[in-house]
Amino acid sequence: MENEKFSLPNYNIPEDLETIVAITTLDRLYNWGRRSSVWPLMFGLACCAIEMIAAQASRYDMSRFGMEVMRPTPRQADMMLVSGTVTKKMLPAIIRLYNQMPEPKYVVAMGACASSGGPFKEGYNVVAGIDKFLPVDVYIPGCPPTPQALIAGLIKLQEKIDRQSIKKVRWYDRKKEDANYVPMPILGPDLIDVRRNAEIKQAAAAKESAS
Amino acid sequence: MYGKGILKGLSVTWKRFWDTYLEDISWILKGKKRYFNEEGIRHRSSKNTRGIFTVQYPEEQLILPEEARYLPFLVYDEGPQGKQEVRCTSCGICAKVCPPQCIWIVRSNDPNTGRPIPEPTEFYIDGDICMNCGFCAEYCPFDAIKMDHDLDIAAYGRNVYNLEKLLKPASYYNLIRPMNAALEEQARRAKEAAKAAKAEASASPAT
Amino acid sequence: MTTPVLTPIADLTARFPGSVTKDERAGYSGFLVAKENLLEVAAAIRDEFGYDLLTAVTGVDYLAENKMEVVYHAYKTTGGPGLVFKVQVDRIDPVTVPSLVNIWPGVDFQEREAWDLLGIKFDGHPDLRRILMWEGYQGHPLRKDWKEPFFEEEVKPFKSRWPDGKHVFAEEKNPFRDNLNFPKNFDPDAYQPEAEKDLYSSLERFTLKSESGLKTDQIVVNMGPHHPSTHGVLRVAVTLEGETIMGLKPVMGYLHRNHDKIGERCTFLQILPYTDRLDYFNSMSNNFGYVITVEKLMKIPVAERAEYIRVIMAELSRIQNHLIFIGMLLNDLGTMYTPSLYAFEERELILDIFEAVSGARMMCNYFRFGGVVRDIPEDVMQKIKGLVQDRLPAKTDEMDRFLSENEVLVGRLKGVHVINAEDAAKFSVTGPVLRAAGVPYDLRRADPYGIYDRFDFDVAVRTHGDMMDNFLIRFDEIRQSLRILEQALKQIPQGPINSQKPQYQVRVPAGEAYGRIESPKGELAYYVVSNGKPNPYRYHVRPPSFVNLTAIEHICRGTKIQDFVALLAMLDIVMGELDR
Repeated sequence: MENEKFSLPNYNIPEDLETIVAITTLDRLYNWGRRSSVWPLMFGLACCAIEMIAAQASRYDMSRFGMEVMRPTPRQADMMLVSGTVTKKMLPAIIRLYNQMPEPKYVVAMGACASSGGPFKEGYNVVAGIDKFLPVDVYIPGCPPTPQALIAGLIKLQEKIDRQSIKKVRWYDRKKEDANYVPMPILGPDLIDVRRNAEIKQAAAAKESAS
Repeated sequence: MYGKGILKGLSVTWKRFWDTYLEDISWILKGKKRYFNEEGIRHRSSKNTRGIFTVQYPEEQLILPEEARYLPFLVYDEGPQGKQEVRCTSCGICAKVCPPQCIWIVRSNDPNTGRPIPEPTEFYIDGDICMNCGFCAEYCPFDAIKMDHDLDIAAYGRNVYNLEKLLKPASYYNLIRPMNAALEEQARRAKEAAKAAKAEASASPAT
Repeated sequence: MTTPVLTPIADLTARFPGSVTKDERAGYSGFLVAKENLLEVAAAIRDEFGYDLLTAVTGVDYLAENKMEVVYHAYKTTGGPGLVFKVQVDRIDPVTVPSLVNIWPGVDFQEREAWDLLGIKFDGHPDLRRILMWEGYQGHPLRKDWKEPFFEEEVKPFKSRWPDGKHVFAEEKNPFRDNLNFPKNFDPDAYQPEAEKDLYSSLERFTLKSESGLKTDQIVVNMGPHHPSTHGVLRVAVTLEGETIMGLKPVMGYLHRNHDKIGERCTFLQILPYTDRLDYFNSMSNNFGYVITVEKLMKIPVAERAEYIRVIMAELSRIQNHLIFIGMLLNDLGTMYTPSLYAFEERELILDIFEAVSGARMMCNYFRFGGVVRDIPEDVMQKIKGLVQDRLPAKTDEMDRFLSENEVLVGRLKGVHVINAEDAAKFSVTGPVLRAAGVPYDLRRADPYGIYDRFDFDVAVRTHGDMMDNFLIRFDEIRQSLRILEQALKQIPQGPINSQKPQYQVRVPAGEAYGRIESPKGELAYYVVSNGKPNPYRYHVRPPSFVNLTAIEHICRGTKIQDFVALLAMLDIVMGELDR
């Protein structure tokens, strides 16, 4: 946790002034504020959600990281903790929630299922990883990751936030306003990712000529 | 009286609120530190815990029991001159028993004799499919694959482990699972002794 | 100790000569009923023979014989062995079987599931829609000739993993690089989604007659699948008049992880860790149910010490489940967090024990056929004793003192969401919800498994069937579990912990088995058909949450929408097992 204090490490502030004065960069101040109040979306999918609750509960207490405010509405959340198996039936709802979250937003794939489909990957109703649709920031392996592993992953996310710069972050870039908008998939005979309609059409047509 | 039940309930929360401070004071009186040391953590996970229950990961870490399992790793023995003697013989039992089939092993044949080399050429575990069931470690006949205790393994990308990432020294294994390691070592010694005795017995009539 | 009422299995063949025959296949039991006579025979089974609880309905696809079979398991709420009857029909679409929903309304969702996954049409079912997959999905996945998109081989272990298993992402083998499979010549641009018209038309049945003069419109509200209080990803479509619920349809499948299909690919042993993930609060109980089912097939004994360890683990699991139940119920009533934080504290201590014996906190994977995987170390044994004797009784009393008399809580719970004994049995409700309605039906007593017949305990039962009784019965059950634990810890003998040698390939003779246990949420049962191969031919889970949910519309019609989330907590559903 290198950014615990927001004073830059290379300035020697006298000890008696340390509580009053800090010399820092705007980036560091900005990131310090954001990383200390990452509000997760109150959003549980499967087994991992129980470990997520356990991490919020008395023993692990995520409020030590400013993450105790779980918002049920995506409009107030900063981080989507995809905690469990993403099924095809659930995916449109997840995409809608993600699109409704305001920037800055982060996605953490908690557990094997969210990262890649996990042990249920071969299943016909399981999406092989949420990263097929959403940009994932941190992958936490484990089935389910213990609360300690989850917190370790969230510290990784904080480190990632620390490295961002106010000049480059995507949400102040006016040109790419909707860069992170994900079109809603459709539930058809199978899940239809509308970004890949042409590809699906082609593959479905090729299927017949092959047989 | 209306409100008696509520008051009764509030007395419980009230008591639990003070418990932390009472416990803190009793530890101070005993002259011991309650936080950030092993004794304190052990006490907080025992049946006598009272008041605050939080273990402040990452500064404080829960004491994992020996059997705790997370992701698998491969054990190698440290040979002379730091040579890595991989215990795995690429027999493939772990790959066969793995429920989500997340282990991939490449076994090579010796180009001269055509017989399999008793060491894996490549070994992959897809950490993002692994369900931490522990079957691979349980059924490995060579004590070569074991379950890890390392919890801090989250990454910014997919977790596919290759041989290089999977290999960990036997000393590390002995550290995290001292009891099991000792038992296995004992069994191995007994097996070797029996083998030696058998070889001696079969060798002596011939000479 | 009372012994269960043992009734001889009714002889259906004598009652219905000609239309009912004994199932003579090796390893099978029960009766085969002709499709034409099914309704008549079923009515007789319920009314004449007294089998009032139809617990499980499922289908089996016998591809080689070109048959589809529907298997019914009926029991009596007074206890005793069950009655298995089956219907065989030709496997020519449409496969139709008469629906039993008018005889046992509890088959409603299970028949819908059989339709969804196996494509068996139930004639006379009023609302035969897909239940786990979405409307418009193509195919019936549990049919033996249906292949999933990431299909590799018929059964595990897959040959590509060893000896030359270069790691490949499964994605790269699929033409869409994704877990997708489209019909031939499918055109996504021209596709019109069905927009769940079946769901909404099924709700239409509860159209209100407008009151004289004033025109009232009903509104349809969708709760979930993302909702803070639906206990996971359940969705319900509710028709409301003001705040009163007029009709309600649960929509599930948002966590349908294809447990049955994956189970049929796995070997018998490989299924074990998957069962952990059914009811993820109680992996120990799930393991228990599965191993006793397979042990029934294998006909092997269980090591004596392991029997005790199993009981200890299952009862500890029940205690933590009920504590969480209490915490979550209070959460849903609006008591934000305090009771659930207290509950989680005790749960963590119990999970510490699970972690020390099995290695994992939640997904224990601790049971094996013939015993358990490893012995309880002595220091952990002391810890269990300490918890059971000193801490948990005191903490249960504290929780009781904390909540049970709270006037606000009593006001919210008393007399709300009543289900009477007769209806509960009719809807195949099991577990604490059935016992709170006044039926003392507990499998540990009614049809003992393991060594539960050796312990002295009372079946917790209450009479009103409302939420208050459902809340209080959890405390009763925790206390009874503590009683069982006390005895088990005292009686546990030394000795081996497994009657079999540890092996990763088990031989399971051909046949069928239906094993059931009293999981903390109700009757958890597994129906396994083996054909002598290393993988089960058919593997089906009968989850208590799923079947208990059948009664939800009956319970909540006419009540207020505000109480509805508490009803979900009362039924104690968990999505992992509800959707599988």
